[in-house]
Amino acid sequence: MENKSTSIDIRQCAKTYPDGTRGLQPTDLHVEPGEVLALLGPSGCGKTTLLRIIAGLESADAGSYIGFGSQDVTHMPIEQREVGMVFQHYALFPQMSVQANIGYGLRIRGASAEEQRRTVGELVDLVRLNGLEHKRPAELSGGQRQRVALARAVASKPRVLLLDEPLTALDAKLKETLRDELAQLLRQLRITAVHVTHDQQEAMAIADRMAVMKAGQILQIGDGESLYRNPSHPFVATFLGRVNQLERSADLLAHNQIMLGDVVLPCPDSCAGAAQVLLRPEDIEVCAAGTAGAVSCAVSRRVFLGDRVQLTLNVGGPNPLIADVGRDHAANAGDVVGIRIAPHHWMASRV
Amino acid sequence: MWAVTLTVTAFMLAPMLLSILAGVVVNYSQGISSGFTTRWLLEVWTGYGNTVLMSLFIACACVVLALVLGVPCAYALARSRSAWARHFEELLTLPVAIPGLASALALLLAYGSVTYFRQSFAFILVGHVIFTLPFMVRMVGSAFRRQELVALEEAARSLGASFCQRFVGILVPAVLPAIVAACLMVFTLSVGEFNLTWMLHTPLTRTLPVGLADSYASMRLEIGSAYTIIFLIVILPVMWALQAIGHVIEKHYGK
Repeated sequence: MENKSTSIDIRQCAKTYPDGTRGLQPTDLHVEPGEVLALLGPSGCGKTTLLRIIAGLESADAGSYIGFGSQDVTHMPIEQREVGMVFQHYALFPQMSVQANIGYGLRIRGASAEEQRRTVGELVDLVRLNGLEHKRPAELSGGQRQRVALARAVASKPRVLLLDEPLTALDAKLKETLRDELAQLLRQLRITAVHVTHDQQEAMAIADRMAVMKAGQILQIGDGESLYRNPSHPFVATFLGRVNQLERSADLLAHNQIMLGDVVLPCPDSCAGAAQVLLRPEDIEVCAAGTAGAVSCAVSRRVFLGDRVQLTLNVGGPNPLIADVGRDHAANAGDVVGIRIAPHHWMASRV
Repeated sequence: MWAVTLTVTAFMLAPMLLSILAGVVVNYSQGISSGFTTRWLLEVWTGYGNTVLMSLFIACACVVLALVLGVPCAYALARSRSAWARHFEELLTLPVAIPGLASALALLLAYGSVTYFRQSFAFILVGHVIFTLPFMVRMVGSAFRRQELVALEEAARSLGASFCQRFVGILVPAVLPAIVAACLMVFTLSVGEFNLTWMLHTPLTRTLPVGLADSYASMRLEIGSAYTIIFLIVILPVMWALQAIGHVIEKHYGK
């Protein structure tokens, strides 16, 4: 299926509710044609509000601009925006068969019976619902419903596909399988998509780029890897994975160094000027005590997590360090070990 | 336990059975020994047959009007965020609490002088609609308020459906079980309505319950009882049929 993918331009989009609360701070966002962008953040961060504004289900404050390609759709109702939407609980029409659900948009837009039949058939094949065409949504499993919802949303070849927590209603195991399936389908369809989720793994698996949101604001946009490796904000760092946060005194800051225990270590140039530096647990190398260049510290806690072991290390500062090591690592609670950190692993935290 | 159930059931059924029996015996004071007859039934049918048809006709018309007025009203109230909508809904429910006689009196005061209207069945029909509309609005309105319906509507909008398309194609089918239940309720209330109708009727516009009262008051006991039989013969099959339709629809559209 060919899609008329378009870019999405959002300029100075804000949302203030009638009671005066700001659901969304003035926001700028650009999504390339065919790109999958995830809006990632905790509940109440404004990600769903932004999605609903793009959809046209929510009106943005005066002065906002929303464009699909070169067309200004700011004041266009959702019925005319040519968007496809997948809802959190799918919102399938209960009295209609799978086939009728998928074909609804085409029927409404007056497509010929032949075109309806062909498109529905293609989509049923694409999302592997063969044999279920005449079932009603109540007779389907959660995963099947999710696929019907997706097929229905893309049937009338929307300019933009919007996904509102599309996998939340599924159990954890199924979620993982469907996540990869969804990612693959979106690539096949080459459709511009905005995907709302609070699950960073889901966002990384599905989206080309993600926008991390907090309190109605986009904090940082980028692909999963660069956000994980170079978070510009401590919230981004903590939301995408666990992270150790370390404060630096004025003296250390001036020399761009960090102190662990009684050892002073250099930081990379990228950290210059940042009062706080961040370190991922998996970037701490735990070796035998006394290894050359290692800072020695005591293991105060060891937690076995299946694929890895999490160690809580006491380095003498106010906060302990969390380190992730392989599951066969020998360190036990009470042991004294050495830690080494490659300088480039330190990340700056600029608020 | 069984004894209590049987006693209560017998106590409840006895008046109805006696009443039915009274309608088919020759002379009630002499009991069954006087023999059985269909004379009373025929007499009722010739004298009051038209009230039976009128009641059915008014009940059907009342259901249609309650649907046409009530379903859109229920939708509007369910989607409105204004406080006035709540007040309006309470106001709409008033005719259920106010004695029918009072509502009827109000109607007479307001429109009683419009002779043509006053003397037609439409006058009674209006009274029935005022009385039954709140049931329709309440029952269908609470179905429209369900959260998943809001999402269904948004889904239909995202697929390009206009208001009419989604109202007829999505919303009404989704609340159809509630609509059917409300229709049954409106029909039943309209057929049995006496209070209001008694005030509003004219000698030429009588419904079944009004005719029943008339026959109880002015005729032999046997005729009144035969009237009850006719009522049951006509109304019960209609109600059973409506209920069966309701079940089928619920099975098809319900979850």
